[in-house]
Parts: sequence; structure tokens; C-alpha cells
Amino acid sequence: MAEAAVVTEPGPKARAAAGRSRSPWLAFALRRAVGLAGVLITLVVGTFLMVKLMPGDPAQARLGANATPEQLAQTRQEMGLDQPVLTQFTDYVGGLLRGDLGESFQTGQPVGKMIGDGMPFTAQLALMAMVLVLVLSVPLGMAVAVACRGGRRRSLDTAFTSATAFAQAIPEYVLGTLLVALFAVKLAWLPPSGAATLSAMVLPVLAVSIGPVCTLARIVRRETSAVLTMDYLRTARGRRLRGLRLYARHALPNLLTSTLTVGGLILVGLLGGTVIVESVFAWPGVGLASFKAIIARDYPVIQGMVLVIGLLAALLNLLVDVVLGLLDPRTLNAKAGNTA
Amino acid sequence: MTTRVLELDGVDVSFGFGSRRKHVLHDVGLTLDEGRTLGLVGESGSGKSTLAKVVVGLVRPAAGRILIDGEDMAGAGRERIARLRRRIQLIPQDPYASLNPRMTVGDALAEAIDPLRGRAEAHRDTIAALLAKVSMDADAADRYPHAFSGGQRQRIAIARALAVGPEVIVADEVTSALDCSVQAEVLGVLRDLRASMRLTMLFISHDLAVVRHVSDEVAVMSGGRIVEHEQRDRIFASPQHDYTKLLLASVPDGKPLRERRGTAVSK
Amino acid sequence: MTVAAVKPAAPRRRLRPTPGLIAGLTVMAALLLLALVAPWIWGDEAEALGGTPYLPSSSEHWFGTDPQGRDVLARTLVATRTTLLMCFGATAIAAVGGIGLGAAIWVAGPRVREIGQRLIDVMISYPAVLLAMIVAAVLSPGAVTSVVAIGLATCPAFARLTTNLAANIAARDFVSTARLLGVPPLRLLRRHIVPNIAEPLLVLVSVAFTVSLKALSGLSFLGIGVQIPSYDWGKLLADGLQDIYNNPAPVIGPSVAIVLAGLAGGLIGDGLAAALSPNEGGGRARGDRAKVKAALGALDASAAAGAVAVADDLVVSLPDGTRLVDGVSLSIAPGEIVGVVGESGSGKSLTAMSLAKLLPEPLRSDAAQLRVGDLDLTGNPSRSRLATEIGIVYQDPSSSFNPVLKLGGQLTETLRVHGGVGRGEARRRAVEQLKLAHVTHPEARMKQYPHELSGGQRQRAMIASAMLTKPKLLIADEPTTALDVTVQAEVLKLLLEANERDGTAILLISHDIAVVSSVCDRVLVMYSGRLVEELTAGQLRAKDAQHPYTRALLAATPAVDEDTEPASIPGRPPQPADRPAGCAFAPRCALVRPVCHEERPLLRITGTGSRAACHVVGEPAEAGAPAAVEAGAPAAVHETSDVPAGPVLPEQGAAQDAEETAR
Repeated sequence: MAEAAVVTEPGPKARAAAGRSRSPWLAFALRRAVGLAGVLITLVVGTFLMVKLMPGDPAQARLGANATPEQLAQTRQEMGLDQPVLTQFTDYVGGLLRGDLGESFQTGQPVGKMIGDGMPFTAQLALMAMVLVLVLSVPLGMAVAVACRGGRRRSLDTAFTSATAFAQAIPEYVLGTLLVALFAVKLAWLPPSGAATLSAMVLPVLAVSIGPVCTLARIVRRETSAVLTMDYLRTARGRRLRGLRLYARHALPNLLTSTLTVGGLILVGLLGGTVIVESVFAWPGVGLASFKAIIARDYPVIQGMVLVIGLLAALLNLLVDVVLGLLDPRTLNAKAGNTA
Repeated sequence: MTTRVLELDGVDVSFGFGSRRKHVLHDVGLTLDEGRTLGLVGESGSGKSTLAKVVVGLVRPAAGRILIDGEDMAGAGRERIARLRRRIQLIPQDPYASLNPRMTVGDALAEAIDPLRGRAEAHRDTIAALLAKVSMDADAADRYPHAFSGGQRQRIAIARALAVGPEVIVADEVTSALDCSVQAEVLGVLRDLRASMRLTMLFISHDLAVVRHVSDEVAVMSGGRIVEHEQRDRIFASPQHDYTKLLLASVPDGKPLRERRGTAVSK
Repeated sequence: MTVAAVKPAAPRRRLRPTPGLIAGLTVMAALLLLALVAPWIWGDEAEALGGTPYLPSSSEHWFGTDPQGRDVLARTLVATRTTLLMCFGATAIAAVGGIGLGAAIWVAGPRVREIGQRLIDVMISYPAVLLAMIVAAVLSPGAVTSVVAIGLATCPAFARLTTNLAANIAARDFVSTARLLGVPPLRLLRRHIVPNIAEPLLVLVSVAFTVSLKALSGLSFLGIGVQIPSYDWGKLLADGLQDIYNNPAPVIGPSVAIVLAGLAGGLIGDGLAAALSPNEGGGRARGDRAKVKAALGALDASAAAGAVAVADDLVVSLPDGTRLVDGVSLSIAPGEIVGVVGESGSGKSLTAMSLAKLLPEPLRSDAAQLRVGDLDLTGNPSRSRLATEIGIVYQDPSSSFNPVLKLGGQLTETLRVHGGVGRGEARRRAVEQLKLAHVTHPEARMKQYPHELSGGQRQRAMIASAMLTKPKLLIADEPTTALDVTVQAEVLKLLLEANERDGTAILLISHDIAVVSSVCDRVLVMYSGRLVEELTAGQLRAKDAQHPYTRALLAATPAVDEDTEPASIPGRPPQPADRPAGCAFAPRCALVRPVCHEERPLLRITGTGSRAACHVVGEPAEAGAPAAVEAGAPAAVHETSDVPAGPVLPEQGAAQDAEETAR
């Protein structure tokens, strides 16, 4: 898009010869711990305020339209809604600290258990998709960039750009729907829904991954082109390296850093796609549960989902930055890293 | 009796906080009299660019005084600083970054003449006169910066600095991005302006040879301090500080670095 | 900093519509038209109940009918208006809110900026669709809610791009100069910042359109977007999905519509980005220029025989035939240090890189002879021999080492890959070579990353790396240009040491006459891709040059120990594609004669023993010529801009530029 290649230059000052003052990882861990705490506080306060901001009476929502005033009053007391807001907040935080996320209005099930049941499925889908995205997009983008370097094979370049632009434009649920229509309904090769078998995972993972594969492959292609023009790659060519050694050893780590810096959010964004796609395939993850809860205005479930998904997003972000740090230690010292 | 236009006294600058705090300038003192050019030399990291930023007011010193015509900039309020700032103009290093690509040369100069409302049409004659001062035609005003070479852009940047009628011009490495022949072109313009306008200039460069040809006096910076400040001829003839000596000795003067084994050109 | 820091003047960018952009805009225009007229034309049909429900695809109902018996095609067409309105609404909220937020954060000052950017980072890392779901849950589900939700969820992306771009532009010199001039903040924003960041933001707008289309129809699809009786494409899709096993047809209409609209947005974004990018789509083909083929200053056969490196009639050209290096011949004797000087664009680096067989794509080199030792570079030389027999030192040591690999691995790479040397032995030799290059703490350096070394140390390590294989030829391309003077002196000495110790021949490229004359044995002067003079370093030091260009270059170089004012050379070198048929320096030369414009001068031996490509100094018949050079050159060539001839200069240059832009 508009962002330039993020291949950074090292600072002018060198560190004194042998004396490595302190591990950059320590500072990184400290900074990120603070950041994570910030995200957590934001999430807790946010979810609490969310319920306060919602129109209508939570007690009413719980009991339904036919509740008597007495029932309502009693429920309000049970839920602590008659307490001052600050007390409600401390109760909420206290509950969270005990691992108590409340109970679903619809089913009466503890939210913690609902999330515990759904999370493994969502995480499974998201992680599989993430791995697939990385495994497909990096070699694809690199191969195209290497094949088209210096303006060669313009037709391949055009084909790649058009094909990825097209696939990118297909929303996950449309893709999922079309995949179901083709492979499950028409050809009956794969099961259309459920999460019982490995074969049931193929379609959902594909539906979630194909868009991000294209987006990321485009980023990888652009970043590779940028890396290929770097001076250090000329140095490597001057050492007459070729093939795997040249591209995998000298280009890959650099382009991964810049790719992840720009594209890390896409990996985290997979989570959103996962949640939506679950409803296409009746995948029993948290996504399905959370949008059912939104329709039913089942506040405790929504709160719990928002918290957990937010935390998961923050952790995935952290994971991306740790990978970045492993690839290029200079990114550890960077002020903002990838994201908070 | 000459007027002291610029005076720096005990200027300290540091960046960062805590353990990462880095002193960039230590107790820097400088004086500049009207009509004189002070060459400031030093290597990368010596603090010369920071000093330029301090003088033009882009960096606030942690301590020390900056006097412009005797007025202290450090203690001044916003309004005063804005007014004082106009009296010192900067010519930046990179002529490709110092002109807004979306503004015609005329608009850029008009903005220098009147930063609040400046439009090229209103100042046509002044702009033509400014361009003439740097040996450029008046019709250059209608073009965008991309139409000009590095040397020409640098002359436009000089014209823009002159437009304000400043007391002091700070030239920060103005020729170091230029080819040798183009550098001579820009140096020529500066030389003529010094003669014709009694320009007062702080000329910052890493290139001792260039500094020699522009300056009346020379200050040498190293590690955030000014280690020597002398009249030009004296500093080149008899440098006192060890670092100045090292700098002068390091400049390749064309003399062979070792005894040759008399290789002749192929016949 | 250096000559190399000069970027080519970016031509003022004009929109060059790519086919993709045109296609995207066409589709978008068609969709807009459809959105306008569809509800009038098919509105009734789309709402008409009482048809046969669950019909499959037929010629009557292309995409079948829904459970209420309504035609899905008609409904899809009619839904265009709702869908697009919602998308534009969400995009507008995102753009206005995000850009406003970004601008506000940026204007608010450093502290607020820091916190604001952190906050945006947190917001942006929360998946937008989930953020929208939360908003949809807080407000009750519906069309307006979804628009607001998606709009708000996309805000952070705009805010972040705006602050990044603004910070980027604000760091540019022209903004700080304007601030020094006293330009008030709002005017600064309006005249300097906004015009320079508008284009990438425009690209983001079209991307945001696609994103909000996906997200909005996603919400409708989940049932928390548009509510009955309204419908958009997402809702139609969700309805169709209910019955997909019995009747897949109704899914097709809305799917195609969503993909088509999304593709249009994406194509417009891609197209804008490509059209606005200064790098792409620029390949203007220039006609193949008539090739002047002659034995130009042919190589001295006796010198070439024992030479360690030879280039004969070397031509480096672009794919369109433009010659960037035009018939350069040189030879380097064993143990000799040969310098090549010239200004930027003179072709000196390309000449060196041809000898290193490292020309960047898509340049190609042709030569009657091009070899290092007995290694023929015109064919397909052995990679191992190339790697071990030619050592290369690059200009910028900070960018020429791979930043993510430790030095040890990089230094020993050639030995291990091409020399068949084991890891331990390679390390030992590398450490020894670092010692010879006076790198401090050589053992520890092997385990360090390049950024942990100072510039001078890095360049020493680069020289050590190049000398590790005991090459026959060391090519040093502006090896000290990025370094401070004190470090430069040490690095030059190091090159001399290597030359003396191992007898390695060196080809030293530099723009600095003083550098080449203090280090080299022999110097070649290049101008506009051609060799104009070849002389000894002694002659250069004594300013005993014959070619008018070399003399002008010497006169333009300020000396640290002389008071002679540097004199500029009027005019500019020609672009390689516009190089005149005769002498390339003729338009700027004070001694020019008619023959100079017509005939390309060959390298000829002059009275002082140097070789110069000049019709005037090479004329032995005309006894007055050398005298004319002596007397005429300084006066005429050294004109500066204060004499009447000066003002011609900008005009020429600008005209040339204007012409270039006009093409």
C-alpha cells in the first residue's frame, strides 16, 4: 500500500567492542510486559463500560420481557446493579481475578466454561490458518519477486497481481460458502460442517487463509523486491552465492522482518475472519457463540468473548514481535516495535 | 567597530533520558560579527548539525544563552522567538528535500517574504530580484523544483533564505550533496553574495577545503565541544589543537600517501 | 553527505492510468449507475411476493427465487444501492474520523503524539470485524449501527497512516524551513503537509472501501447488520446459505456482486498506487541511437598482454540501447593501483561493476575483451573463481553488510562456499585478516552484528573480507566516500598496505581527485560514460592535465592548502540518451571547434605523455594548439556565474529539464 519498505539502517554509533552492556531481550520483555498490562487494563475497563453503555436494563435482558417488577428488583440485587458503579467495577474485576466471568443469560452456563469449550476450536482454526498463510505466502511472494526482478517476466507479474487482487476481494464467508457449494454439496468430497474430523478442517482453514495468503504474498513480493536491491545483497552476489544460499540466507530474514512489521496485523486479523467463518461451517468455536450472544444481547458472554479475543490478539502480536526480534535483534531496540 | 550579531554562551544540549541520556553539545560558546563568515568544521557526530539547529531555534538548549543582536532567544516567549527566528535563516543540506515538490519556486519565495499570506503574484518583482541575486532567470519562479538541478535548487534555497533579509545565514553542509563542479557553482554564488551583501554566515561543513574557501574564521568541533576557534589563515597555517592538526593532516591533498615505484603511463 | 546521496530529480508525478485502474473505475461507475437506477426498475419485482419459492436457476429467474418466492437477481440488483451507500458511509466515517484523529494527534505536540500513537497501535491490533461486532452489540443491530461500527473500526488504520505520513513529511527539510520562516501551523498543514500526503491517503480510501464492503456484508451475513425488511448483499447471501444444499443458485448473485465491487475497489487502490508511484510504469523507450562503432582509443596491446585486468571497448547499456558506458578501454598491470575519477553519472561505478561482473539488472555489458587474469568475463566464468579472484569493497559499509547476520558468517562465507575451507580454518583466517586490517578486538567482532561496529571499523572489516581470498584484483568503489576524513586517511593507507603486502592490483573509483591522486599510480578520467583522459597520478597532482574537462575539474576542486577560488564549469553533462554525436564535453568546452560537434575524439597521446580524447589537444599539426590550451582554458573555462556568461546556465539547465518533463 502506501508504506515503504521498512528495511532500516543501523544507528551510527557502534557499541564498544566486547562489552555487551545488557541483553536487549530484557528491556524488550519489560517494555512488552508494560504494554500487555496496558492492553489488559484497557480491555477490562472497556468491557465493563460496554455493558454500562448498552441501552436497556441488563436484568430485563436476562429475564425477558415478561418479568414482573418484583423479579426484576430481585435480579437487579443479585446482579449487583443496585450498587454504586465503582463497587460494581471492583466486583467485576474481583470476579475476573477469580476466573469468574459470569453466567450466560441464555443458557445459565458459566461463561468461563463456554470459552473454555470454544477456544480450542477457534485457536486450532486460527493457528492452522496462520501456519498455512506463512507457508504459502512467503515462498510464493519470494518466487514471484525473484522471477520478476529487474522488470523480467512482466506477464507473470501482471498475472500474480491480478489473481491476488481478485482472491483478496472475496470475503471469507463468501469463499467459505462457495467452497461448501462446490466441494461439499456438488462434489461431496468433504464434509460441509462440524469439527469432528481432520477433513472437516480443510474447508474452513482454506476459507480463512486464501485472502490473507494473497495479501501477504503481495507484501512479501514487494518487500523481496526492495531487499533484492539492497547493498548487502549485492555484496552477497559479489561472493557469488546463488540459489538457496543467496535467497534463503541473505534475503529471507530481512524480508521477513519487513514483511512482519507491515503484515503482522494481517496475521492477527485472521482471528476476525475465523470468528466469521465459524458460522458458515457451524464450527463450534467462540465466534459462533459470540455472535449468537450479540443477537440475544447476552452481556456476560459478549464481555467474556471480547476480553479473551482481545487478549489473544495481543498475545499474537507479541508472538509476531518475538519472531521479529529473533530474526533481527535491531528490532528489539526499536521504540514501538510492531504494535503495542 | 563591528556589530556582534550572534553570540552563544555555555550552550548545553542532550538527548534522551536516564541511562540513555547523551550529551551532544558541551558548554559551546561562539561569537559572530556582522559581515563575517564563520566556518564550522567537524566530523560526523561532533555536534555541528545540532549546533546549527540550536542557532536557528529548532533545538532548545538545556542550558546557556543564545543572543541575536544582543537579544536572548532562550528566555524569549513564543512570539519573540518567532520574530527572532526569521532573523536567522537556514539553508539545509539536501536540496532535494528542502523545497516542497508541490510548490512553485515563486510560491516558495513568496512564502519566505510573507509567511502569512504570501502569493507569488503579489511579489513578482521582489522574487525576480532575489532570483537574479543567485544568477537565475525570473521565469524560474513559475516552475516546480523538479525542473532544476541540484546546484540550481541549492541556489533557490539560498534565495529563499535571503528573501527574509536575515541577519545571519546558517548554511548546513550546503555543498556536500553536490558534485565537484556544481559545488564550485554554489560556492561562487555564496562568495559573490558575501562580497555584495555583507552576508553574515555560519558555514557548516565536514570539508576543510570548502571551509577554507568560504570562511573568514574557522571553529573546529569534536565530541560536542569547540576545540579551536581562530582566524582562517592562522588555523590553516598553524593549528594549535591536536584534533585540528589531525583533521588537517587527514585531508587528502593529492600528495602520495607513500613512495611510488615510478609506474609510467602506457605509451 | 556524498555525491551518491543525490537522488535523481523526481519528475512531477502525473496520473498514468493503468489498465487495472481504468477497469476498476469502469466497474465502479457501472455499479454506481446500477445503484441509482436499480430500485426504480426492479424494485417492484424484488419485493413481489407470491412467486414460487425455492426455485433453482432458470431462464426466468437466473439465480432462482428465495423462500418468499422473490427473484434473487432482482433483489441483488436492488440491494446495490443499500450496500454501496453503507460502504461509502463507513468509508467516509473512517476517512474523516481517522484522518482527523491522526492530524489532531500529530498537531497536538510530542507528548500527546506518543500516547496517541500507542493507543492507535492498540486499537489497530484488535481485529476490525470484532470491534465492529462490539459496537453493533452496544447499539442495537441495524444498517446505521453497522455503518458506524465499521467506520469506527477502520478509523485507526487511517489515523495511523496519517500520523506516520505527517511525521514523515514533517521531518523533511522543507517543512522545518517553512517553520523557521514563521509559517503558521494551519498554513503549514494546508500548503506543505496535506498536498504531500494526499495521494497515499487516497489509496487507503479505496482500500478501505473494499474492507468495509467485506465487513459490512459480513455483519449482515451474521445477522447483526441490516435487519428485515431491509436487505443488502450480505443478507441475501446469508439467506441463500440457509438452503444451499437444495438450491445453491441464490448464493451466486450476491457472491458475485460482493466480489465484483470488492475487486473494483482493490483495482482502483492498486491502480492509484501504481500510477502515483514514481518508480513504476516509467519505462519510456528511447529509440536505439545510431551506434558509432569505431576502434575508439583502442587498447594498448603491449600493456594489455601482462595485465591483471583488461576491458576493451566496454559498453554498458540499458535495454533500450542507451549507452551508460560508451566504449571504455582500460588495463591494470599486476600490483598497480589505477584510479577512475568522474562526477556522478560519468559511468565510473558501472565500469567497475562490469569488471566485477556485478551489474545491476537490467543493465548489460558488451566488450571486445573483458577479463580479470585469465578469467573471461564475457562468457560464463566459474563462480568460484570470480568469488576468489576479484575482491570488492563497496561504498557504504553500513549498508553493504547484511544487518541480520553476524560478521563471522559473512566474512568466512566466500572461503567456505568457494574455497572449500572448513569452518574453523575459515574463522582463523578471517580473524588474521581482521588483525591485518587493524580491526580492534578481531575475535569478538566475529560474533557481532554489523551495526555494533563503527563506520570505519566496518569498512576495515569489508576490506578484510575482500582480501581474505587473496584476490588478483581489488575493486574499491568509492570506499571512503561515506567516511569521515580522519577515517578516510586510515582506510586509504590500509588499501595501500594490502597492495604492498599481497601485490594485489587495485581499481579505485572515486569522485575525489585528491583521493585518487594520493593513492593511485595511474588515473583515468571519465565524463558522460566515456574515458576522456588517462594520466599518471603525478601529472594529476601537478595539475598537468591536457583534456579541457580534466582541467576544468581540477579548477573546480577546492584545495585545502591553496587560496585559488574553485571555478565552476558552465552547463551540465548530457544525459546518456542525449549524448552528442561528437565530443560529449563540446557544449561546455571553451576550446570547442566545429569538428568537436561532429566527430568523436579518440584517445591520443599528448605532448606530456598522457592520453586524452580531445580534438584540440590532440592536434599535433597545429603548433599553436597547446599554447591555446594553456592560455585559453583557465580564462574561458573558469567563468563563474558573476560574469555575463553566467545567467545562461540556469536557463540551459531548466530548458533541458522542462524538455525532459514534457516528454
